[in-house]
Amino acid sequence: MKGSRGGSIVAHTFSYGSTLLFLFPVYVLINLAIRPASELISPLSPTTHPTFGNFIDAWKQSGLGWAIVTSVIVTVVSCVPITIFSLMASYPLARSTARLSRTTFYFFLVGLLLPFQVAFLPLYLMMRDLQLLGTVWSLVLFYTGLQMPFSIFLMTTFLRSSVEQEFEEAAHIDGASHFKTFLYIVVPLLRPVVGTMLILNGVAIWNDFFTPLLYLSGSNISTIPVALYSFVGVYVSNWPLVFAALIISMSPILALFVAFQRYVIRGFAGGLKG
Amino acid sequence: MIIHDPLASASGELSSRAVRGVGVSTSPAPKRRRHSIGRQLWWFAVPALVVYVTVVVSPTVQGIVMSSTDQTALAPTAKFIGTKNYVMVFSTDAGAAAIRTLEIALAAMVIQNVLGLLLAVVLNGRVLGRNLLRTIIFAPVVVSPLVSGYLFQFLFGPPNVGAVNAVFHALGLRQVVWLGQPNTALIVIVIVIGWQFTGSTMVIYLAGLQGVPEEILEAAALDGAGAFARFWFVTRPFLAPAVIINLMLGLIGGLKVFDQIFATTGGGPAGLTNTISTLIYQLITPLGNYGRASALAVLLAVAIAVLSIIQFAVLRRREVKA
Repeated sequence: MKGSRGGSIVAHTFSYGSTLLFLFPVYVLINLAIRPASELISPLSPTTHPTFGNFIDAWKQSGLGWAIVTSVIVTVVSCVPITIFSLMASYPLARSTARLSRTTFYFFLVGLLLPFQVAFLPLYLMMRDLQLLGTVWSLVLFYTGLQMPFSIFLMTTFLRSSVEQEFEEAAHIDGASHFKTFLYIVVPLLRPVVGTMLILNGVAIWNDFFTPLLYLSGSNISTIPVALYSFVGVYVSNWPLVFAALIISMSPILALFVAFQRYVIRGFAGGLKG
Repeated sequence: MIIHDPLASASGELSSRAVRGVGVSTSPAPKRRRHSIGRQLWWFAVPALVVYVTVVVSPTVQGIVMSSTDQTALAPTAKFIGTKNYVMVFSTDAGAAAIRTLEIALAAMVIQNVLGLLLAVVLNGRVLGRNLLRTIIFAPVVVSPLVSGYLFQFLFGPPNVGAVNAVFHALGLRQVVWLGQPNTALIVIVIVIGWQFTGSTMVIYLAGLQGVPEEILEAAALDGAGAFARFWFVTRPFLAPAVIINLMLGLIGGLKVFDQIFATTGGGPAGLTNTISTLIYQLITPLGNYGRASALAVLLAVAIAVLSIIQFAVLRRREVKA
């Protein structure tokens, strides 16, 4: 489609204007994070004597190093059972026409409608009774269950609608057991949707603040958002220091995003439709 | 496509039953159109079911029960008090918080969708460096809502501190105590949500726009349709599913919003920017009022469930029509 020249100018002005507006907070963020405490000028003016000191101080005092490790562990360890269990479940749910399978699928779908706030308190008490509070296992168990309906929905509908059955039938005719067919035929075919699922679940778990805030309170471990919360609580008016901590805290996920942006954007565009 | 062919599924069910009945299959169903693996592999769903029931289903049921008790953190032995919590919820400040939640959700939904759609349309056309622009606008989606909350708490900081006030000062405008008064604080919250999630709205619209057949657009252009007419009569119908998805995602996301408010205003000043989610949190931690927190959560759940069902129904009707 060829737009007129006037339209093109409008399009460029609008898109670049909006992008600059989106970047304005980022500019202030970086500009202040590199600013020494002695420099008392407007947050808009470029910092005249940029320093890296705020990052060093923030890193030392925020405990973000360990928090990053904890967040990595929680996110990775949670994604393993989510992926394996939902992969397994999707096979009979998508491929069996037995009534039992359909009912099970709808039973999982109900979970998409239940916001976790209702389950939150009883779950908290259950974790307490299991003595899991203050450990990463409470979070792993929580996320595995919480993300299950969405993951199963994504996986099952993809298997039903986008994966041809011919391969499975061929394997079956060649004498492969259902288990082998699943492992060697179905799982590799599901790779694209596993990617989408990992991205959506990973980002959600990584950024979750409310759950670790409650589950890990009083313990000496924390995830990134919780560590940030405590840090900001202490240094609330020292904005250059806080901003350095904000940048440290978001750098791992932003680095991953930049590296895999095509997949991430595709995942959000396609996966959220559920 | 999900095939809802009663014949196919019935024969599938029959044949799988036959296999189990006879033991080793001797006469494979000849007309079977779909290969069904029957019930044999149902156990594959068991691990998922166990976690799901433990973490979602059973606590939800307990939560609903809890909402009709007077359970607190200090007195764990609860007794049944019927709908008292629900009545209490509305006679206290929760009614106002519910309306506020809805206002925030609606405002965020509108901003996200107007801006997201415009950006998608523009960035689907010929714009220099459009991939870079898309990446920049999408990036906040992966940033933790808590981080963006803190960032905007400073941006909209008090006069002579915050960056936005510095802009106002430079432009000769009167500086504003953004977070110190409920009305402007709500605007800030909506802006945070918009900054963070317009990118995800945009990419869903972009995906929708890429499904619009180029030939029809060209044909319309040849017939003399202007850019707006092409958008309205050709693109818009193709975009309808994306619109519904985005409206619902925006609304549901807005209803659940917690982190951004927690980090910017903490519900203040004087509880006047509390939403249902932050109110639930306050009922849980400082007050330990489990029963009433649960009642509030059930109400939020009902609202979200109703919206989700509407979305599902509308989407489904469109699919049937198409």
